[in-house]
Amino acid sequence: MKNVAAMERSRLCVSEIKNKQRRHLMFMKLKQEKRKVAMKKKKKKERDALGDKAPPKEVPKTIENQRVYDETTVNPEDEEVAFDEGTDEFSAYFNRLTNPKVLITTSDRPRGRTVRFCNQLATVIPDAHVYYRRGLALKKVIPQCIARGFTYLMVINEDRKVPNGMVLCHLPDGPTAHFKVSSVRLRKEMKRRGKDPTEHSPEVILNNFTTRLGHSMGRLFAALFPHDPQFVGRQVATFHNQRDFIFFRFHRYIFKNEQRVGIQELGPRFTLKLRSLQKGTFDSKFGEYEWVLKRHENDVCRRRFNL
Amino acid sequence: MADKSQVCSVWVGSETGILKGVSLSKKQAFNFCEMSCLSRDQEVCVLGWGDEHETEVLVGSVNGTVKTFSTEKGIFTETRQCGESTQGRFTGIAVTDSALITCVETGLLRVWKEGSTDTVEINAGTNVCRMRQNPSQRNQVATGGKENGLKVWDLERPETPIFTSKNVRNDWLDLRVPEWVRDMSFIPDSDKIVTCTGHHQVRVYDPASPQRRPVLEAHFGEYPLTALSLPANQDSVVVGNTHGELAILDLRKGLVRGCLKGLAGGVRGLQCHPSLPLVATCGLDRFLRVHSLEDRSLQHKVHTNTLSFSYTLSTPEAITGDVEEVKEEGGEVDEVWDTMEMINDQAKKRATDEEEAVVTGVEKTTKKRKVVK
Repeated sequence: MKNVAAMERSRLCVSEIKNKQRRHLMFMKLKQEKRKVAMKKKKKKERDALGDKAPPKEVPKTIENQRVYDETTVNPEDEEVAFDEGTDEFSAYFNRLTNPKVLITTSDRPRGRTVRFCNQLATVIPDAHVYYRRGLALKKVIPQCIARGFTYLMVINEDRKVPNGMVLCHLPDGPTAHFKVSSVRLRKEMKRRGKDPTEHSPEVILNNFTTRLGHSMGRLFAALFPHDPQFVGRQVATFHNQRDFIFFRFHRYIFKNEQRVGIQELGPRFTLKLRSLQKGTFDSKFGEYEWVLKRHENDVCRRRFNL
Repeated sequence: MADKSQVCSVWVGSETGILKGVSLSKKQAFNFCEMSCLSRDQEVCVLGWGDEHETEVLVGSVNGTVKTFSTEKGIFTETRQCGESTQGRFTGIAVTDSALITCVETGLLRVWKEGSTDTVEINAGTNVCRMRQNPSQRNQVATGGKENGLKVWDLERPETPIFTSKNVRNDWLDLRVPEWVRDMSFIPDSDKIVTCTGHHQVRVYDPASPQRRPVLEAHFGEYPLTALSLPANQDSVVVGNTHGELAILDLRKGLVRGCLKGLAGGVRGLQCHPSLPLVATCGLDRFLRVHSLEDRSLQHKVHTNTLSFSYTLSTPEAITGDVEEVKEEGGEVDEVWDTMEMINDQAKKRATDEEEAVVTGVEKTTKKRKVVK
């Protein structure tokens, strides 16, 4: 009914437009709409006519559906991978032997937005300390961090007053990941946000990290937060991977009843894209890279993803 | 186990101590490991052939043990303790008549003779990154490392090296150029040695010439070169760096002939096939790839689950073995293909008998169906 009314309105409008080109365009649009409605009607009629014998409704193809199967997708029962993960650099954290302690810093001379971003990150990640960079070399900072018991070093890189990169280095001798950061929204810019996050440790949700590289990434993010199955405080940090982009969101939830949950977004949100994963602590010149993003090789197939 | 190991054409060692055999025809990696023996200190550092006929693989681990694996039987036959983990990782392993040569990072090069416990020891300096044996003169080995130039040793005269290289002249700022030999290889049919360095240089040394400085120097990329291999035809070398860039360099002028694409992680092991223009690479991205050197395309890619920390080794061309397998596969295909195949096999046999270069046309048609060995 709505459609018919709209069509009538537009039909009147079309004939009254004096400009031939614009009138033509409006008319073509109108015809297209009509055609669409007619097709839909026809299809529905055919479906109803066939009744039960009708073929199932086609699922629309999306890039996620059409994703090329990745051979490195981890099988949950794989023993080799389980052994590998049981003895890698994160095993100390996953065996509850260490608690995370994060040092957040920036590139030299950060501007307001980056500073605010670092402060907000420090409220989201428990036991995080923000330090001013002072132009110090990371290779010299790392041994000092290790001596003071830090487990992570996070460096937010800034370009033109906006944070655009992140180096996340797991400290004792762990892998270093370099990300591209985009779409940073600080708390002020969030709509319908709740109050500031409290001191409680958030839960961590890791979505869609299926491949071997994705697994390593998942462990990297999980080790930022303390491992505590007794959740206190209704806060949750989500790392959602889709098409190789990792979306970070921070929410507070409340169960209204058994089935329904209300969530409020607090805290910063940003998107990460992995550029390289290097074995060992930060050493971009002589370090060995476990995975490097090679853009031209990834552009060949739109449906192949790595994480 | 035995049938699995006989089918494998490439051997890869991993970080967890598992020896993996990869069958390229089945595109699958098989694990060969001793039960309940997985641990990080069993990490494989070096792989080497145990004998001329390539039926035994020597596996050197971080904790100082050298295990012998028989490809025919499919099990580990022997374990020897050749040093402790405090002495550093193995950087090279080789076999001469009846002796095993091992070299560790701290520079201790030892020759373990069969039957007797005493060893001939050579101190090759500190920080040795690689030790290699001369395939034509089996008692010569070369060592090189960080701030430790290339030295060629004769095992019969263990006191002094027969060739010590000299560093290049100071650069344009009159500063000493740092040295870091990561891998080296003896060029067959001549005395020359080609090395690749951690400062992205490829250098050729000639012990026969009076100059101890490199005869040729070439640069590639901006990252340390970690592995090197010489393909069957002369005058070129394939190198790989920590970023996963593989390049074929020409040794006549030192120019890059082409790059091989596909690797996403640092290259740890690189091996060219002795006669076919193929190169196998293993690295930190957990894949074994075989590229063709002629058209630089990827021929095979096999997922090995763990980080491949050491060398790949290819089995030999055992051409008669090849031909038999091809005939078996041919049985599944059409009759037309069968007849074609027969002719090709015969041509190949004739070619090898006369020791001529195999016709590339024949190669290309048979390559796809052959087991790459």
